[in-house]
Amino acid sequence: MFNLSAHHKEFFAAIGEITYLTRAAIRELFKGPFEWKLINHQIVLGGIDSWSITILAAGFTGMVLSLQFAIGLEPFGASMYTPKVVCLGIVRELGPVLTALLVGGRVGSGYTAEIGSMNVTEQVDAIKALGADPVRKLVMPRVLAMTIALPLLTIVADIVGCFGGGIITMVEVGVTGRFVWEQTIETLEIVDLLHGLSKSVFFGYLIGIIGCWNGLKTYGGTEGVGIATTRTVVYLSIAILVSDFALTRIFLAIYG
Amino acid sequence: MAETIISFRGIAKAFGNNQVYESLNLDVHRGETLTIIGGSGVGKSVCLKLLIGLLQPDAGSITAFGDDISTLNEKGLLHLRSRIAMLFQGAALFDSMTVEENIKYPLIEHAWGTPAQMDKRVAEVLEMVDMPGIQKLKPAELSGGMKKRVGLARSIAIEPEVILYDEPTTGLDPVNVRRINGLILSLQERLGVTSIVVTHDMDTVFTITDRLAMVYMKRIAFVGTPDEARKHELRYLREFIKGGKGTLSEDL
Repeated sequence: MFNLSAHHKEFFAAIGEITYLTRAAIRELFKGPFEWKLINHQIVLGGIDSWSITILAAGFTGMVLSLQFAIGLEPFGASMYTPKVVCLGIVRELGPVLTALLVGGRVGSGYTAEIGSMNVTEQVDAIKALGADPVRKLVMPRVLAMTIALPLLTIVADIVGCFGGGIITMVEVGVTGRFVWEQTIETLEIVDLLHGLSKSVFFGYLIGIIGCWNGLKTYGGTEGVGIATTRTVVYLSIAILVSDFALTRIFLAIYG
Repeated sequence: MAETIISFRGIAKAFGNNQVYESLNLDVHRGETLTIIGGSGVGKSVCLKLLIGLLQPDAGSITAFGDDISTLNEKGLLHLRSRIAMLFQGAALFDSMTVEENIKYPLIEHAWGTPAQMDKRVAEVLEMVDMPGIQKLKPAELSGGMKKRVGLARSIAIEPEVILYDEPTTGLDPVNVRRINGLILSLQERLGVTSIVVTHDMDTVFTITDRLAMVYMKRIAFVGTPDEARKHELRYLREFIKGGKGTLSEDL
């Protein structure tokens, strides 16, 4: 007979709980009145405040990628293709994934620490006792905020990454800025942007929901908060990397 | 005899393998102060959380104001929580909000009145707990005793009929213990509320209690007045009240 180990049961229970929490969050989103203030606050905290880490990561990734390709393609006489390869790599893959991993580590773990602390100090129970719903007040605004903010941050990452890559290409390959610009425009199609942004919408949802879910499951005082926060970073990284592969396969079939 | 407004009937509750209650039966009368006592970890707070719908019983039923709370929908539960308020053990104030925002929270959720009326109500309840003028402070700026009093102010803001106190004096110095006890008594006199107090502080019990209930052996083993408790045959209860050493085996 089919026999599940404890780890498998835990995994499927987690999937079930996250699905249930997602459903509850969607229901609260469409139940009036719309929580503008809370959502806006979370977009600022989780999204806008993450711009510096996004720019730093994307800029240096673009630069190092250019450096590697400019030198690596030289023996084949293909250094001129560096802007094409770099911009495609950034927009389709590295922009969304790196931004999600970094913002996920910053924001997702923050959600778990905040909600987890509220949980162990009975503040989540207090929300219910005072007549409100923790999913509405805590989960829905965070999940929605990250689903909106991460694609916007990814666009910033794409622009900065391509720009950083372009500068290094100019220096290393000795081409003009105009050449880099024309190569980039010629290579990138709207489909490439859609490919990356569609993934970042899903990654944003993952950051919000996994961060909140782990926070609501936290128990065992401050030690429990620490454990839950670490768990969020691990779960998020795995979820982003695995779903990236699956989503890439799906979007290749859809967009080509 | 006073009207019974809350009753627990045959309540069973377990957390994993830990069976907290096997068959809990308890009635609460209108206007009384009922104290629930018992050793640490026997599930005294669970009782309060079951009553306000934060936990669900595995078996049995809880009736509050004539309604079985397990049958209440979202709206019914919201209405119940406007009639029964709870003061949590650590006060559970929202750290990210000021005292004023904390107290307004239930007022907004229950659409209590206009913003001006809410401002007036916040000042009024802070006055009641002897902490006027601290609207703009954050919980981190308050001491343990002050947090409890602000928590109490938040609980009474929506004018509940029943207030649940979870260990209201735990961790406080004697002056603050007396202050909180005095507040519980004065709220009872001024507002006529019914109070259910979970505690293991016997000074609190004898200062504020009309009746006390003891949780023992996964059920309520005794309900009665403090005087009846002192004379009761259950040795564990007598020892508990005196602060002596009681063991399960002595009663079995």
